[in-house]
Amino acid sequence: MEKVLMKGNEALAEAAMRAGCKCFFGYPITPQTEISAYLAKNMAKRGGVFLQAESEVAAINMVLGAASAGVRAMTSSSSPGISLKSEGVSYIAASDLPCVIVNVQRGGPGLGGIQPSQSDYFQATKALGHGDFQMIVYVPASVQETIDMTYLAFNMADKFRTPVMILSDGLLGQMMEPVVFPTVDVQIPDKPWACCGHENKRSHNIINSLYLQPDILEKSVNERYERYEIIKQTCPMAESDFCEDAEIVVAAFGASARVAKSAVNAARAKGIKAGLFRPQTLVPFPVEQLNKACEKAKVVLSVEMNKGQMVEDLRLALNCRLPVEFFGRHGGIIPSVREVLGQIEQIHERIK
Amino acid sequence: MSVVFDKPHALCDVATHYCPGCTHGIIHRLVAEVIDELQIEGKTVGVCPVGCSVMAYDYFNCDMIEAPHGRAPAVATGVKRAKPDTVVFTYQGDGDLAAIGTCETVHAAARGENITIIFVNNTIYGMTGGQMAPTTIPGQITQTTPYGREPSVQGFPIKVCEMLAQVDGVALAQRVSVDSVPHIREAKNAIRKAFDNQIHKRGFSIVEVLSTCPTNWGLSPEQSLERVRSEMIPYFPLGVYKDAAVWSEKVEG
Amino acid sequence: MLTEIIISGFGGQGALFAGKCLAYSAMMKDVEISWLPSYGPEMRGGTANCSVCLSDEPIGSPLVTEPDILIAMNDPSVDKFINSVKSGGMVFVDSSLATSKITRKDIEVFRLSASQLAEEKKLGGMGNIVLLGKAIKECGKMLFGIDAKTLQETFAKIIPAKRAALIEKNSAALALGANI
Repeated sequence: MEKVLMKGNEALAEAAMRAGCKCFFGYPITPQTEISAYLAKNMAKRGGVFLQAESEVAAINMVLGAASAGVRAMTSSSSPGISLKSEGVSYIAASDLPCVIVNVQRGGPGLGGIQPSQSDYFQATKALGHGDFQMIVYVPASVQETIDMTYLAFNMADKFRTPVMILSDGLLGQMMEPVVFPTVDVQIPDKPWACCGHENKRSHNIINSLYLQPDILEKSVNERYERYEIIKQTCPMAESDFCEDAEIVVAAFGASARVAKSAVNAARAKGIKAGLFRPQTLVPFPVEQLNKACEKAKVVLSVEMNKGQMVEDLRLALNCRLPVEFFGRHGGIIPSVREVLGQIEQIHERIK
Repeated sequence: MSVVFDKPHALCDVATHYCPGCTHGIIHRLVAEVIDELQIEGKTVGVCPVGCSVMAYDYFNCDMIEAPHGRAPAVATGVKRAKPDTVVFTYQGDGDLAAIGTCETVHAAARGENITIIFVNNTIYGMTGGQMAPTTIPGQITQTTPYGREPSVQGFPIKVCEMLAQVDGVALAQRVSVDSVPHIREAKNAIRKAFDNQIHKRGFSIVEVLSTCPTNWGLSPEQSLERVRSEMIPYFPLGVYKDAAVWSEKVEG
Repeated sequence: MLTEIIISGFGGQGALFAGKCLAYSAMMKDVEISWLPSYGPEMRGGTANCSVCLSDEPIGSPLVTEPDILIAMNDPSVDKFINSVKSGGMVFVDSSLATSKITRKDIEVFRLSASQLAEEKKLGGMGNIVLLGKAIKECGKMLFGIDAKTLQETFAKIIPAKRAALIEKNSAALALGANI
């Protein structure tokens, strides 16, 4: 298969089309713009719809409409724009609609900056919108993984009738790496629930998130949480490097995992027993994988491009049996390998 | 025995939750009759708003989607773009369409989105108990304008059809009323035209229907119809503000 | 082996393009690569730079903070990156635009008036490729054996057919640098 050199954002857009995405609705914002630009150029040629919406709010609701009609639909944005989408995401989750939402993160809060960041961890994992709901969150760490996870995101969205987020960032979106597009036979399941006209062959379908009777609303949320339980059992993904004998496990996801990987390699070269644990899904959090990676660990060091938003999940997943320390840069600054290595060395001095 | 009056097929055989004397029922029926007459129920998708007609998904027999507040035109856009062969209509109140959803409304219109919008204007937020709407008339008393809407404080009502008539993508912008039999006939013709425009891919069609809210106006059903005639129609004159023929002439030169 | 490169200049000088050519060439040689651009207001006339990593193993951080090779096409680029170059590193400076003094003795500095030379040969705006040509000549091993031939193939692949004239021009600029 042919290798091509592609930016993360463009690779994601191409992968979405290959995964059967037929409708994309977006609104310009840096650093995700290449996704829109690529789809604007290619979507119509390949029988799909690209539409630039008047706002992020409109874009996510167009996704709601297209997903209701039974087609694979996607929207993408960067941090401030994702906040605007939160209303629609809640309705989409509550209406049991499958779709893919991409966040190419930039620094926040507020207008923040436009450089890479991971400061939307809490937003993505805890509450992207009001009400009791969750969504699967994939965090790629390379351009190839961005592609692979895009296919996965559409499949899981359809399988569990849920919104799925791909949490990328400015670094992964902008960087180019050689990639290969897998040849897969896209299987889109039947959607007998879709609102696309009953053709006088069935009773009318209703897609709705309003339940005025508390007992019925409770039942519908419970039913959704039963699905989340299956997601929790079957969907967590993580990668471990050098963790078998690691005393210091560096936990990092996405772009910061790239830096952490280099730092762990450098630490190993110095004879320090360091390992890398990289969640590939943040929801569901890979609890079992983490505990396995930390079998020999004395300290866990979370390396993030934010103020330490994954630390809580690490502590919970480990049931607080290990100290979880934190090192991060934020505001759009990517931590350097030297900085992270310095942290590992400090911990090493302390625990030896 | 011959049947002289029946429920349209496009209306479900259920009791609605609307207050006695509210004209939502008439407007629902007109939409349903048009769907029946055009024989499009099987390919129609309706989009409900947030407001009194939030549960209209239980009343129409076609596929129905419930949209977030004000977003019905965006949801309708998504459906129509995904499945261009469907017939898509939204059914929205004044708060939904002309306050929180103004942006979605204007831009769907500007895109010439090939959808039909039934806009029910009763100058008040009904579902939440009678607050000021974007169409509340100066002087009108509501829960949040207890001394009457004062333009120097609360500004002026939005005249939706007049505004949308300026937008190039609009094929039909017409204001009608359901306060009398002749007006109801006229309203039905307008609604039929709005659906017909969509079937013939003429672009965005909106029919604004002046409607009542006896409960929140504090009037009897009869008095309410009288208010439509004496207060609403003078402020919101009935008529065709833009028509497809004129529009297509403009586009095609 | 890991080789980390920064190419930097004013927006429009082709720093990002030169990096992309290098990355593409490396890909054709089955070398692991990453290319990371600066982005944002730099694109509109300020300084623009890119990080390129070449390695025989999967690449960790794509952000180069301590380059083995620096190609600097203006003074702000020299000033910004010169102190971060690894000891023993190689620096290529377009001396027709960058005049900043370089006092470091532990690095090898090549100064060539790349833009001016390109201009003289009617290859205006290709100072970036002239510098790349020189870098390939001097850094052969560090660049995993990427040579003029690899880059010519790259030009043919990444320059769209409707701008085919640029393939030859870029090849000429490359040769110009390599022969200095």
